[in-house]
Amino acid sequence: MSAPYDLNDDSVVVVIGSGAGGGTLGTELALKGIDTVVLEAGGRHEIEDFSNDEWGMFGQISWLDMRTTSGNWRVARDFPNLPAWIVKAVGGSTVHWAGASLRFQEHEFKDLSVYGEVAGANLLDWPIALSDLEPYYDKAEDRMGVTRTHDIPGLPGNNNFKVMKAGADKLGYRRCSTGRMAINSRPRHDRAACQQIGFCFQGCKSAAKWSTLYAEIPKGEATGKLEVRAQAQVLRIEHDDTGKVTGVVYADAEGNQQRQKARIVCVAGNSIESPRLLLNSASSLFPDGLANSSGQVGKNYMRHMTGSVYAIFDRPVNMYRGTTMAGIIEDEAGYDPSRGFVGGYEMETLSLGLPFMAAFLDPGAWGREFTSAMEGYDRMAGMWLVGEDMPQESNAVALHPTERDQYGLPVPNVHFDDHPNDIAMRDHAYRQGAAIYDAVGAVRTFPTPPYPSTHNLGTNRMSERSRDGVVNRWGQAHDVANLFVSDGSQFTTGGAENPTLTIVALALRQADYIAEQMQSGVL
Amino acid sequence: MRVVDRRTQVSRRGFLKGGSAATAGLVVLSVSSGMITGPTGAWAISVVNLQTATMQTLIQMARDIYPHDRLADRFYAAAVAGYDEQAGSDPAVKEMIESGVADLDGLAEARHARRYAEVGWEAERVALLREIEEGALFRTLRSGLVVGLYNNPEVWPKFGYEGASAEQGGYLERGFDDIDWV
Ligand SMILES: Cc1cc2nc3c(=O)[nH]c(=O)nc-3n(C[C@H](O)[C@H](O)[C@H](O)COP(=O)(O)OP(=O)(O)OC[C@H]3O[C@@H](n4cnc5c(N)ncnc54)[C@H](O)[C@@H]3O)c2cc1C
Ligand code: SF4
Repeated sequence: MSAPYDLNDDSVVVVIGSGAGGGTLGTELALKGIDTVVLEAGGRHEIEDFSNDEWGMFGQISWLDMRTTSGNWRVARDFPNLPAWIVKAVGGSTVHWAGASLRFQEHEFKDLSVYGEVAGANLLDWPIALSDLEPYYDKAEDRMGVTRTHDIPGLPGNNNFKVMKAGADKLGYRRCSTGRMAINSRPRHDRAACQQIGFCFQGCKSAAKWSTLYAEIPKGEATGKLEVRAQAQVLRIEHDDTGKVTGVVYADAEGNQQRQKARIVCVAGNSIESPRLLLNSASSLFPDGLANSSGQVGKNYMRHMTGSVYAIFDRPVNMYRGTTMAGIIEDEAGYDPSRGFVGGYEMETLSLGLPFMAAFLDPGAWGREFTSAMEGYDRMAGMWLVGEDMPQESNAVALHPTERDQYGLPVPNVHFDDHPNDIAMRDHAYRQGAAIYDAVGAVRTFPTPPYPSTHNLGTNRMSERSRDGVVNRWGQAHDVANLFVSDGSQFTTGGAENPTLTIVALALRQADYIAEQMQSGVL
Repeated sequence: MRVVDRRTQVSRRGFLKGGSAATAGLVVLSVSSGMITGPTGAWAISVVNLQTATMQTLIQMARDIYPHDRLADRFYAAAVAGYDEQAGSDPAVKEMIESGVADLDGLAEARHARRYAEVGWEAERVALLREIEEGALFRTLRSGLVVGLYNNPEVWPKFGYEGASAEQGGYLERGFDDIDWV
């Protein structure tokens, strides 16, 4: 039973966005008995609405509002208006995510101390350590049902994994498994086990994969303390003369503007929309954007070093069968500057269906070189490379000077240049990925360029000192006490690991802090 | 391990959206005013707003951009047939296509003394396409084909791709781990 709250109820906590960060935070606050309204720009599409159709699902729930790109990254050339693949729907990108759930390594909270200054990089230590997050990692893993934690068995390996594993063994890699996945390997928490459907990126029809849409939000709603208002796109956050936020203005399904009052506002729109919203909320009191006295809102945009390696063999693989990403090699994830770069990377199995493969294998390519590769589709194995990229101040989400969206607001431009460290890491990862497949007899390998960003991070970063970042160790804005950032934009640095487990752990930790601050009357 | 049967499953005559045909290197189509018919008469599309010869050229370009000898002409025809309707509703599209094809034919006439669609070797046609690949016609056609050709469920078995699986219970009992050679 969902609780409807009045627009003028200024006792509620308003959470903007219902994905990994917002959906988890909203649910956790409600479970603690706190009145919470989650405003979500997209619609509510339940499992029955999912289809095993790559372009169909992409069109149905992706964030397709106008965005622009600049910089030397290849995405700007291949997908100039699609810098990122983010979901606009209740559940956010956890509807499409693959489920890989890894903890950060201890040193990845202390990049500046461990790596030292890296020219051109805006490195900083997090204001928290692994030990601060460990209890919340534990709680998050339990909640999400992460395999290989809490006595949950690993998923069985599919064809794509078996090829990776054979190559990893030949190369002497020792940390290759079906990984830690927020996908039920057996029924758990009222959700079924994975049926090896193979369309994890299109929304899991069996609910085996954790998503805030069906694994969190309904639990929050059942308390009567959570209202999730879909098709409510927040346009700006408002504040009073003292600089405290008082509520938000959003556009409802009909495009009418509504004002929801709030005691506390938490921003979790993912790392492009969250800084855009703060920048679009500029006022005479906050002329450079809300909570932006540091000038760091929108800066230090990170997207992980990514790339893929696909390989063709002389015999069938049928990689598309089964779980998309249940396979990982972790041996390259550590810190080892002798490889010619700082930070590390993971290699994870990945398969795309034929329609997406045509679009992403080598965007823009044509002719027989390309089509002969496509004809090897059923003999292909594939992996995704994902590693830590360097935060750079000039890599930024900024308001476009002229382009406006359907509400008349400046659209975001996403500027990204690869750092030399990112390029060195990608080259290394391409070589190792190809070597893995060559070791099992690949006849042809493809170093496939990055897709539109699925891991968007860092644009409202956490810092000890207010001049270095936007939020403090709790995700609370340095400048505005009752304003929080609750998504991946808080990340000070990106780590080598897929970010969602860390986003969820931070949200659970933030919920404890908010509840405690409310209880003690500070907020 | 279970592999996908690539043989063409259906064979019936009809206007596109159905039908089947043998494969061909140079697209051999019978072109009459307002109608393009496949070589064995197994399929046909009507052309109302573009010149019929223009549609023939688009079909040839489609095959030359993404040549798959396993795919019959009808799949390429299906992927570009929609431009006729677009040309009917948007004069700018019609102009872009007609003038783009005229330019391409001009290049073909200059090099080979015949229209693009009648140049005999794929390599010669591809060399002509390389000269126009930055132009509006080529870019529109190529990016449209990525979806128009490869998102057609009828072509998937030809690549060994099985498409939707949830309805069949996923691959848990249907070969998700049946690889037998690693
Ligand atoms: C295909 C794919 C595969 C992935 N696989 C993995 C994986 O295996 N492991 C992993 O760790 N991560 C993975 N990710 C990334 C993961 O989905 C994200 O890291 C995570 O969901 C981000 O959480 P978030 O809360 O920051 O944003 P999201 O989950 O994207 O949620 C943001 C929500 O905010 C809403 N919103 C934005 N602006 C507004 C506004 N102004 N008003 C109201 N609502 C707004 C959006 O509509 C959206 O619903 C994957 C992503 C994709 C796309
Ligand atoms: S493979 Fe498993 S997790 Fe992925 S969509 Fe299918 S059932 Fe869900």
